[in-house]
Amino acid sequence: MTTQTEVPQRRGTPQDSGSTPVISVRGLWKVFGPKAELVPESEELCGLTRRELMDRTGCTAAVRDVHFDVSPGEVFVVMGLSGSGKSTLVRCLTRLIEPTAGEIVFEGEDIREADAARLRDLRRRKFSMVFQHFGLLPHRRVVDNVAFGLEIRGMGRAERVKRAQEVVELVGLEGYENSYPDQLSGGMQQRVGLARALAGDPDVLFFDEPFSALDPLIRRDMQNEVIRLHHEVGKTMVFITHDLSEALKLGDRILIMRDGKMVQCGTGDELVGAPADDYVREFVKDVPRGDVLTLRWIMRPAEDGDELDGPELGPDVVVKEATRAVLAADKPVKVVENGKLLGIVGDDEILAVVAGREGGA
Amino acid sequence: MTVAVEKPEKTGIAEPPAAPVKETRRISRSMVIGAILVVWLVLFAVLRGKQTLTLAAADLTDLHRWINDLNDSIGANRNSNPLFLYFFNEIRLVIDSLVTFVQELISQPTGDRPVPQIGWLGIVGIAGYVSWAVGNWRVALLAVAGFTFLGLQGLWQESMDTLALTLSAVLVALLFAIPLGVWAGLSDRVNRIITPLLDFMQTMPTFVYLAPLTLFFLIGGASATIATVIYAAPPTIRITAHAIRNVSKTTVEAADSLGATRRQSLLKVLLPMSKRTVVMGVNQTIMAALAMVTIAALIDAPGLGKTVVQALQSLDVGTAFNAGLAIVVMAIVLDRVTTAASTREEAARNSKNRFLAWRRPLLGAGAAIAAVLVYLSHTYLWAAEFPGEGSTGSAIARGADTVTTWAQDNLSGLTNAFRDAITNGLLNPFQTLLTDSPWWLVGAVLIALAVVLGGWRAGITTAVCVGLLVGTGLWSDGMTTLASTLVATVLVMVLGIVFGVWMGRSTLVDRLIRPTLDAAQVMPPFVYLVPFLALFGATRFTAIVAAIVYGAPVAMKIIADGIRAVPETTVEAATSAGCNTWQIITKVQLPMARSALTLATNQGLIYVLSMVVVGGLVGAGALGYDVVAGFSQGQLYGKGLAAGLAIVLLGVMFDRITQAAARRAGA
Repeated sequence: MTTQTEVPQRRGTPQDSGSTPVISVRGLWKVFGPKAELVPESEELCGLTRRELMDRTGCTAAVRDVHFDVSPGEVFVVMGLSGSGKSTLVRCLTRLIEPTAGEIVFEGEDIREADAARLRDLRRRKFSMVFQHFGLLPHRRVVDNVAFGLEIRGMGRAERVKRAQEVVELVGLEGYENSYPDQLSGGMQQRVGLARALAGDPDVLFFDEPFSALDPLIRRDMQNEVIRLHHEVGKTMVFITHDLSEALKLGDRILIMRDGKMVQCGTGDELVGAPADDYVREFVKDVPRGDVLTLRWIMRPAEDGDELDGPELGPDVVVKEATRAVLAADKPVKVVENGKLLGIVGDDEILAVVAGREGGA
Repeated sequence: MTVAVEKPEKTGIAEPPAAPVKETRRISRSMVIGAILVVWLVLFAVLRGKQTLTLAAADLTDLHRWINDLNDSIGANRNSNPLFLYFFNEIRLVIDSLVTFVQELISQPTGDRPVPQIGWLGIVGIAGYVSWAVGNWRVALLAVAGFTFLGLQGLWQESMDTLALTLSAVLVALLFAIPLGVWAGLSDRVNRIITPLLDFMQTMPTFVYLAPLTLFFLIGGASATIATVIYAAPPTIRITAHAIRNVSKTTVEAADSLGATRRQSLLKVLLPMSKRTVVMGVNQTIMAALAMVTIAALIDAPGLGKTVVQALQSLDVGTAFNAGLAIVVMAIVLDRVTTAASTREEAARNSKNRFLAWRRPLLGAGAAIAAVLVYLSHTYLWAAEFPGEGSTGSAIARGADTVTTWAQDNLSGLTNAFRDAITNGLLNPFQTLLTDSPWWLVGAVLIALAVVLGGWRAGITTAVCVGLLVGTGLWSDGMTTLASTLVATVLVMVLGIVFGVWMGRSTLVDRLIRPTLDAAQVMPPFVYLVPFLALFGATRFTAIVAAIVYGAPVAMKIIADGIRAVPETTVEAATSAGCNTWQIITKVQLPMARSALTLATNQGLIYVLSMVVVGGLVGAGALGYDVVAGFSQGQLYGKGLAAGLAIVLLGVMFDRITQAAARRAGA
């Protein structure tokens, strides 16, 4: 629960929806099993649940008709429980698993069309991935692990060691360059994995549940590390997790998956404020709403009797931060955006959020 | 917390419905087995001595004569038949030149030199240096001491012959085995094709490779090397494939995600990560090669094995012991050095890096010293021929003879009583039952047991094996061998369960016993015969005891691991329910280790079979004797080959039945 008390930092960071997305996914399917390619084409089979599909065809649909866009510099989180297809999804994006159907456009290029050489080139220069179980090479020292991707590209030894050294420092591992992975703690091993991914200076970083294998305190450290790195290097990130608090903490936008299907895609406060269905509602039930919701979600329209000379706040201020100001003011707070009055928030609205949470807990 | 409480409850609920079902089935199965045995006994009483297919030692069947003719015709056409001219003879030539080259290098005089190119000092120097370079200074010391000891035993040349054959065979084996293993590791299809083949190759007793090979490659070093290659390659293939397969999937995926080509991920990820395991495979290959090279003495391979065989055949325990000891010493040196090699990198990584900077120059200096020693041993006679008359060896032989004589004088009452008790109480009745029953009755019993224990497929395999066994014309000898094998296996399992359970329950006992077991498994099977020959003389029983000692370690280890694998919580639950130790063992640990028990039976049978056959050398008779006699007497060649086939059939039959039973127990 402690991790959830932290305020999402970048709620409402500018998402210029006008810019072209880095990754654009349309109608993506991944079906495992015999004659898998027939499933996405058949309207009838698409309608079946996972179980029915298994019984009918012996196929498992891990990813079903998923579509989303990731903007440059965004942290896009895919969240779901185990078996929801999120790990398969992220592997489809780099074709570590071959998708069954759909379109993945990366910087204007359909990745599914790429041949083996082009795909390798993309992996070497454009994407990199951080894995749940690190995937380090036990027979290489930290610095050689970090330099591994550069070595594979064919970079000379002196140059790649220099670059690896920079990245090792960036992730806070200086002094451990010459250790072997098994001499490091789990958190430090994952820093090596992170450094390896950053070393190639990719455009997009994929994280496959990178912190699930770590204990909670280390996990929080690493989450903060990712936030820091995002500020410093500003990479686009696609982040897979099964932990809602992690998703809310890191994600600009969150895609919730269930049984391979998309359930909802939106910002954290959208998920909490307007859950798409009972599944999402159940999911976000225990989230401290005051930490996530902004005033936009709790304001009410100004009515005739309201006094409209109270203090002003923006609509994207998080409830928790506004609480003190609202309760201190003896008049309702006006929610104003670009000089336009959107609504007002009084003690009652604030208390409903806070007390509602306490009642629910 | 709630999760933790729920879990055991769940398994607790799941268990009871499963248990009673198995209980009833097991009872009924053992009742069926009992019924089969009772029917057998009744029919035996009625039909005793009829249709037993007995064949006297010198008698031959048409099959045997046909193989003799085949052998003769191959001998006559060896240099005209194109298949031989361009295929078998070529292979033999290549292998022969390799072996001769290594022999001339280290063991046999060459050309006008009265001594090999490298004398003892050079060999000892190289052995020490290589052991240090791939392992550590302790094994280097062991290697130097061990090799010097071989010289002191007066067996320098024989040892070097054995080493030469072993090294040549290992070289050739690795040349095939590692690439093949990598391939099997990368490709599921290759793995599927290769696995049953390897299973089959490893099931066979060392012995049976020899006979067919002599048909194509004549007797001598080449055949011995080829047989050794066939016997020694499987462990490396299997372990390499296993190592490649077991490289963490995430790591391979990580390399893929960084854009590694197949070649890059093979060279930079898969091979380095499996290196350590592969070296363990190489260790097993070397040990298997050593075992086989000594046994290949039966087809006239030079070396220590030959000394042992000749001494065994003339019941010269002292000489056999001395040469056997040399084999043991060599086995220990080779095993320790390769084991150290497989752990070196890790050990070096964990030690402080202080010495690493010095390693290169030190290695260079060591190489220079070794080179000087080689030069000395090439140039000067004192460094080439091992000095002294091998008086240590004679002393060892005399000592062994003295002990033997003393044992025979003073312990014969005890050992004979023991031997007679087992022989008359267990072995003879059982053997009579098997050999004096009509062949079709025994065959039917075997098939029925196979069906009950292993299911229909095992039954069909058994039926085919029984049919072919009758076809070899050696049914009666086969039944005698079967009797010895089964008696020995029963005793192996008794030992295995007692010690295995003890080891499985006590870490201390495990730590005390396991090194001995490991060492025992390294020894070539031959060596086991020597001490028991001293104690029990040349009888069937000697072979059986040797077989028990040879087969028990593997059974103990498997059972101990099986017992240890029983989940701690289950034992805890039983303890908290008030079970005493005996109840825990019999009601929890042994039943839960059932698949380990069947696996131990399987391995025990295979080990025992190979040993019982080697026992043909010391009076065990039956199939083993037929094989040995086939090597030495031309007119029995066909019979020997048929006996080898009969052994294979017995082996396949045991293996299929026990494996099927193991699968059932595991399911």
